[in-house]
Amino acid sequence: MNDSLRTSNLLTIGDLSPEEMEGIFRTADSFLDLSSRTVKKVPSLRGKTLVNLFYEPSTRTRTSFEIAAKRLSADVINISTSQSSVVKGESLLDTVLTIEALGADGVVIRHPSSGVPEWISRRVQCHVINAGDGLHEHPTQALLDLYTIQKRKGRLEGLTVAIVGDILHSRVARSNILAMTRMGIAVRLVGPPTLIPKYLGDWKVDVFHDLREGVRNCDVVMTLRLQLERATASFIPSLKEYAKLYGISPAVLKEAHPDVLVLHPGPINRGIEIQDEESFREHSGILDQVHFGVGIRMAVLYLLMAGGSKGE
Amino acid sequence: MQYPDAPDLTSSPLSRILLDPSQIDRMIRRMAHEILERNQGVRDLYLIGILKGGGILAERLASIICAIEGASVPLGTVDITLYRDDLSSKPSPPFLKKSALPEPVDLKRVVLVDDVLFTGRSVRSAMDLLMDLGRPSRVQLAVLIDRGHRELPIRADFVGKNLPTSRDETVQVSLETGQEHVSLHRKG
Repeated sequence: MNDSLRTSNLLTIGDLSPEEMEGIFRTADSFLDLSSRTVKKVPSLRGKTLVNLFYEPSTRTRTSFEIAAKRLSADVINISTSQSSVVKGESLLDTVLTIEALGADGVVIRHPSSGVPEWISRRVQCHVINAGDGLHEHPTQALLDLYTIQKRKGRLEGLTVAIVGDILHSRVARSNILAMTRMGIAVRLVGPPTLIPKYLGDWKVDVFHDLREGVRNCDVVMTLRLQLERATASFIPSLKEYAKLYGISPAVLKEAHPDVLVLHPGPINRGIEIQDEESFREHSGILDQVHFGVGIRMAVLYLLMAGGSKGE
Repeated sequence: MQYPDAPDLTSSPLSRILLDPSQIDRMIRRMAHEILERNQGVRDLYLIGILKGGGILAERLASIICAIEGASVPLGTVDITLYRDDLSSKPSPPFLKKSALPEPVDLKRVVLVDDVLFTGRSVRSAMDLLMDLGRPSRVQLAVLIDRGHRELPIRADFVGKNLPTSRDETVQVSLETGQEHVSLHRKG
């Protein structure tokens, strides 16, 4: 059995075996303990530099990576493209090569085009971590979602999860479907026909268009953000109708398992995907996701970057 | 008593069994008495095993101390991987093991426990970790085997056995019930 990751980049959840995911979760457990210590830092990435390169706006993912890296004693540089040479027309590859030449050991990339982190990883020596690429994947989000489920439910195998909303445009859904089926979770996709991919390939999922039917007896309901910036509004008749048919409300949750866990990757469009959250607060794992996300990202950064450099 | 998965304990030119279960047991009992003598009882005593070799030894010491004094001592384990100085000399770092510390180390008389003391680098890592956890009033070191070849100014307070070795030999300690042995292996 492997006791470390085989990969030196995290580009897709498909790179991780179930054993490796379990290993990441175990490692995250140790990192979560740090937050109760006098000194909340460990020296494992001392002297290493991580660059957060975000071509899309982000608060929680970028901050989460930044806190994670700082707790590991790495130096962190954040580049948001609106204030960088990108606005002067520098190409993506030139930007990344410049960052590498400046001495970065790892780069966390978020980009609106699918496949960018993978493309970059073939051209640089430093570690590349995908923090969301277009409609493709968001592997650390899937890891922290699974980790939250495991923490709250005590297990993964045998659970039923309903992923609700805009599956078509959601990289979070893609990564989660891959990770969940791999870990023995039964996955249901729930949404209007226009927001469910037409070709599901080899995904082992059940599709529902009726929300109440879709969440019936589910252990976990994961609702997705309606990505209004990706013109999702043109795929649905109206926001009001979507909220009425696919919004998670206390009445809808009555159909699910009595101990149902509600997840949302954030940021929430309140009143649309999630309604009246106050009244099902004890079922919500949304803030747990943020908290556990730091542990997961520390685990990923440590496991990828604490060893010798990739080329050696 | 025979165990089906007991290791092959026959000596060969490349490996020698140095200690058997009863010798190991007597050594651990003596160390427990020494720890109690030096610390004048169990007051504020805290045994912390360095994973993964020190875990079982710390457990054994704690149960003997409990039997002698009739009072239990807190028992913890720490994974020192994050503090190691050789992480970046390996291609990929290992998944972490869960440390378990039932109470804070502040103002405690901590006894770090490990199976083999060699270069002293693991102990250095463990001490750095301890200091990040709080401020123990005293830190002592208990090891089953001291095999020499120190690379840092570190010395054990309680030693089961001093074992002269050469650098290219490896010392294997097993404290699994029924498989207890200490053996010395030479590279073939």
